[in-house]
Amino acid sequence: MKDDVTSREERIENLKGMGCSRKRVEDARFTQGKGNYVDDVKLDGMLFGDFVRSPYAHARIKNIETAAALEVPGVLAVLTAADLEPLGLHWMPTLAGDKQMVLADGKVLFQGQEVAFVVAEDRYAAADGIEAVEVEYEELEVLVDPFKALASDVVLREDTVDETGKPTDGAHGPRKHPNHIFTWEAGDKGPTFEVIDAAEVVAEETMYYHRTHPCPLETCGCVASMDKVNGKLTLWGTFQAPHAIRTIVSLISGLEEHNIRVISPDIGGGFGNKVGAYPGYVCSVVASIVTGKPVKWIEDRMDNLMTTAFARDYWMKGRISATKEGKITGLHCHVTADHGGFDACADPTKFPAGFMNICTGSYDIPTAFLEVDGVYTNKAPGGVSYRCSFRVTEAVYFIERMIEVLAIKLNMDAAELRRINFIRKEQFPYTAALGWEYDSGDYHTAWDKALKTVDYDGLRAEQAQRVEDFKAGKTRKLMGIGLSFFTEIVGAGPVKNCDILGLGMFDSCEIRIHPTGSAIARLGTISQGQGHATTFAQILASEIGLPADSITIEEGDTDTAPYGLGTYGSRSTPVAGAATAMAGRKIRAKAQMIAAYLLEVHDDDVEFDVDRFVVKGAPERFKTMKEIAFASYNQAIPGIEPGLEAVSYYDPPNMTYPFGAYVCVMDIDVDTGVTDIRRFYALDDCGTRINPMVIEGQVHGGLTEALAVALGQEIAYDDMGNVKTGTLMDFFLPTAWEVPNYETDFTVTPSPHHPIGAKGVGESPHVGGVPCFSNAVQDAFRAFGNTHTNMPHDHWRIWKTANELGLHG
Amino acid sequence: MIPAAFEYYRPKDMAGVLSILEEHGDDARVMAGGHSLIPMMKLRMADVPHLIDLQDVGGMSDVSIGSDSIRIGALVTQHDIIDNDALAAAAPILREAALQIADPQVRYMGTVGGNVANGDPGNDMPGLMQCLGATFTVVGADGERDIPARDFYEAAYMTAREDDEVLTAVTIPMPHGGYAYEKQKRKIGDYATAAAAAQIVKGGTTCASASIAMTNLSDTPVFSEAAGAALVGTSVDDAAIKAAIAAMLGDIDPTEDNRGPVAFKKHVAGVILRRAIERAWSRA
Repeated sequence: MKDDVTSREERIENLKGMGCSRKRVEDARFTQGKGNYVDDVKLDGMLFGDFVRSPYAHARIKNIETAAALEVPGVLAVLTAADLEPLGLHWMPTLAGDKQMVLADGKVLFQGQEVAFVVAEDRYAAADGIEAVEVEYEELEVLVDPFKALASDVVLREDTVDETGKPTDGAHGPRKHPNHIFTWEAGDKGPTFEVIDAAEVVAEETMYYHRTHPCPLETCGCVASMDKVNGKLTLWGTFQAPHAIRTIVSLISGLEEHNIRVISPDIGGGFGNKVGAYPGYVCSVVASIVTGKPVKWIEDRMDNLMTTAFARDYWMKGRISATKEGKITGLHCHVTADHGGFDACADPTKFPAGFMNICTGSYDIPTAFLEVDGVYTNKAPGGVSYRCSFRVTEAVYFIERMIEVLAIKLNMDAAELRRINFIRKEQFPYTAALGWEYDSGDYHTAWDKALKTVDYDGLRAEQAQRVEDFKAGKTRKLMGIGLSFFTEIVGAGPVKNCDILGLGMFDSCEIRIHPTGSAIARLGTISQGQGHATTFAQILASEIGLPADSITIEEGDTDTAPYGLGTYGSRSTPVAGAATAMAGRKIRAKAQMIAAYLLEVHDDDVEFDVDRFVVKGAPERFKTMKEIAFASYNQAIPGIEPGLEAVSYYDPPNMTYPFGAYVCVMDIDVDTGVTDIRRFYALDDCGTRINPMVIEGQVHGGLTEALAVALGQEIAYDDMGNVKTGTLMDFFLPTAWEVPNYETDFTVTPSPHHPIGAKGVGESPHVGGVPCFSNAVQDAFRAFGNTHTNMPHDHWRIWKTANELGLHG
Repeated sequence: MIPAAFEYYRPKDMAGVLSILEEHGDDARVMAGGHSLIPMMKLRMADVPHLIDLQDVGGMSDVSIGSDSIRIGALVTQHDIIDNDALAAAAPILREAALQIADPQVRYMGTVGGNVANGDPGNDMPGLMQCLGATFTVVGADGERDIPARDFYEAAYMTAREDDEVLTAVTIPMPHGGYAYEKQKRKIGDYATAAAAAQIVKGGTTCASASIAMTNLSDTPVFSEAAGAALVGTSVDDAAIKAAIAAMLGDIDPTEDNRGPVAFKKHVAGVILRRAIERAWSRA
């Protein structure tokens, strides 16, 4: 037997378990064009649906004429709100406790809003049908500015006021104004204000974190197929949370949940855009029920950018106080959050501003106060977490800018200011002023390593010389050094405080070991490119001693996968990864009993060793997991059921808190606003590292999306509420050409409460990257009096900064 | 992104093309690479009931380099321009400019003829051809005629070509002297925030002749005769360049868009032109 001659090291290597840069098993099909995405689903007799969309941002609908559209060859039906109303489906609940029109019910609130759903035999007929639908609009005053919306007499949503015109209560408490959605507070207002008012030094800044969009390469879409014979609905779609979609479909349609099967096939990126429920899903289901045929709906790029969930759009006003020596004493943050026409954020229900209260960052800030006001405007709904845990990008950007602004006020080096305020290693677990308990961290070690690697002092000296040269007319390029140190909060989450519409945010894994020693594991999550089939198999390989190559990972089919809340907010590894480890340990516990029986010793006399159980003190006596698997099915063992299966539903005791230290070196052409990233160094601490290569890929991807957001990517509106950035010509998606080389590095501070100590990494680089790129731009102008300019730092805005600082002579 | 129904034609010769154009008038459009027209059709911004694909019409895919001129067929792609070493030796500005157009995939399809004929102010070739003093050959029912590139553009998407004419070739007088095509864009695939084409001939230590054209800074390409004239007879020193920039700024008329406001575009136009002149002069 091969095992007898294989060394322990070789046996570990053969498993390709945790710590191994195992090649991604998904890539064989993706690189050959053999992926199976929702638009690849083709069913007999399948119809296509598409939307008539509003050209106006705010208008009353006086009439919808569908007769001409129904005359278009191939058009079978045109659904309007009037058709959905008898079913109670003309509005649908949002994940944020609000409700959203499925089809325009009397008025439209944003450009691109869904007005009617044309069902046709093919996409061409549907598009012709859309052209033939005549909608009569009466334009209304448009509100695109949340501050103006809060001061306006124009009531955007008629359901926000009572008969007397008084604002009604919203899902999160009383409204201050008809266009006001909620106020959410964290921390202590009085003590914080007292500290700030009495402080030696206070820095204040207002910053706008602009509206942008996750823009996955694959847009949103679905295929709904109602089988009228057996009463079962199958729904394929680009769902980041297939089980949650099943439950929501059941709740709003009245179909029993066992009659609904939701399937997320391969997904081409989600980044938060595919968490929520969209009108296209509801209309496809209704159309399939009405016609008895499968109905497909797929967004085009403009639909995706203009209507499905955006991200950010936070106006953040901050005050930070410190001693003269730079010790931070207090922090106050007020956010005006623009949610668009409906509040369709995808946050845990008790957190209408997500985890914005992580905005004290990586610093030991004794007192803090956060208040967030949500506002309706005439923009698309959303507010999802684009490659970040809930609103964590906004929080980290806020604090990492406030630190820089404070450093300017103190005339201090921003790296040093961070160092003297970091939470110290011995303070963990650390309870922050806004309530979170940080699980583990070693910030000083990471920071020192980062600064040493990039030769921080050398960079500052070079920068000072550059400023001199610039002033002497020897160069027209400035040099910026961007710093950021971030702490994320991911892995939602403990069911005690995290649910979405009442669905607890646990996750799950179910393992079935086959008799010949291979396995299948199914999870409640769904990969959108993260490589779950690769990495979860590695966790299991280490836990159960079967090679990762012999373990199939399956996700996304609610008929087969155990219930879970899906993949977003870096929750897969912290929650489903933990469930996987725990289920693996149940397998191992049973395997131990079987091994003991086969080896004719007591259970306690065998111990696990890589891929086998050995008799303690007699390593030559062992049973491999492969042998145990076969015996579990085929040998009658007294007192033990046949088979080797386990399931675990894991409710994490706490979030995990990955962190990292990033440095960006950038040259800026003052005359054209063109930026050139000379160097980008990213140190990530995501706790235990499952697959270093996959981590590196995640870091590259997240940094690239961070570069996009910081340097140009936005959803911009004009005063009439027209989207100015509805195509990829104007919406910035970086290509290889715009992306620098990234240097990645790491430290390892395991999570003390996670079964394998892993924290999650997919979103860290985005969270830490955005402020790092932005800080580099801002730092380049610090010597000339700049304190803050808003993103995105595209050419003309950088030029404007230089111009306003008088650098164009 | 689904176009309205249209008839697709793929005639074998120009006579076939012209007869379809004659029959359908405004309702017909010819297509070379299709990289401007097809997106407009998919957005339903261009209504083209009769689409005539030129790919099977022979005789428009050649580059011929004569002793005093270069003739480029309308179906020659941007990639062909980049890939043609003899052309790059004769008129290196063509390769330098073509490399700054879109991305390789687009350049495999996008043609010189389509780029200059479409009349999109964002396209790079029109300004370049004005700089080089090129002539466009168009053919219609009444035969061929030549139109100077500097007289071709009337407004955005409006040109001197009649609806029933087809642009078949671009002829460039053999360029001399130093050259540069300088372009600022937000990203790969973007149109210019500002771009400048410069071709400068040196006589002794001074500038003997200079030709300058700007891209995407008006609703047409801008041939700035005054900018070129400001350099002639000078040693292309700072004062001369400043005068050229001032002259150019008098000729352009940019509008605000997502690339930035007018003041920014004018400033960048000046910076880009300075770089183009300096590079062209260094090569003259």
